Amino acid sequence: MYETVAFYLFSVLTIGLFLITVMSKNVLYAMTSLAAGMVLISGFFFILGADFLGVVQLVAYVGAIMALYAFAMMFFDATRDIKEKNTSNALVFLLGGMSALVLVLMFSAPIYSENIAALYPMHEGVGNAQDVGIVLFTKYLIPFEVAALMLLVAMIAGIILAGKKMDESLTEDMDADDEIMTVKDEK
Amino acid sequence: MIGLSHYLIVSAIIFSIGLVGVLRRRNLLMLFFATEVMLNAVNIAFAAISHYYNDLTGQMFAFFIIAIAASEVAVGLGILIVLYKKHGSLDLDDLATMRG
Repeated sequence: MYETVAFYLFSVLTIGLFLITVMSKNVLYAMTSLAAGMVLISGFFFILGADFLGVVQLVAYVGAIMALYAFAMMFFDATRDIKEKNTSNALVFLLGGMSALVLVLMFSAPIYSENIAALYPMHEGVGNAQDVGIVLFTKYLIPFEVAALMLLVAMIAGIILAGKKMDESLTEDMDADDEIMTVKDEK
Repeated sequence: MIGLSHYLIVSAIIFSIGLVGVLRRRNLLMLFFATEVMLNAVNIAFAAISHYYNDLTGQMFAFFIIAIAASEVAVGLGILIVLYKKHGSLDLDDLATMRG
């Protein structure tokens, strides 16, 4: 009963918030509704019994990724409305709906074909976080390490791309920086 | 009772919302938001399948999708900042400099 109510509540709210994300002209509104939708998606994970995934969704997605977007938004003019030159909306909606339908049919066809067997079944009497740990550090150890390496590469790429000329401020004039430098030199 | 198909339908709706966003957005930051919506839709589908088939593989894939999304955002936002410094806007029509 509670599961049903929670499912419908979460799905309606998530779809509404993501519609705002996609349709809004304001970056701030879009980002805020995206963050709220991600919090509600972690609610789906908690209903489904994937506790650890829900916590990771909250910590990594809502905490880290949206904070990164918020920091990046400070570089851009976030309060101004975005002017977008849209070609015919009806065609885009039709194409988007059709291609989404095709994708869903493609990927949901094998699910109903009955020949899916559990590869790594959940253990009885073990919590979800422990179970995830057992499988992640035995069967998925190499993908885990590769993901760690990929995150390291992405971090270095982000620093190099965004950190170039970071010492020259985009907003303030250069004299202010020079004063700080001279004060440092005197010490 | 809520079954697997309920979750798959919600996931499909959210995925198509993200796809429409990718198709109609002209601003690069908004395009990134639409990509995040699509990734989250796939995560819901993976978690639901993992629950209803009593299998942990779906959750594992969702973890790796979150890791990929994090690195995508790190690199993508770096590129966005470089583009903004160079062109002063994030509009795709202004950035179409490689058109032959």
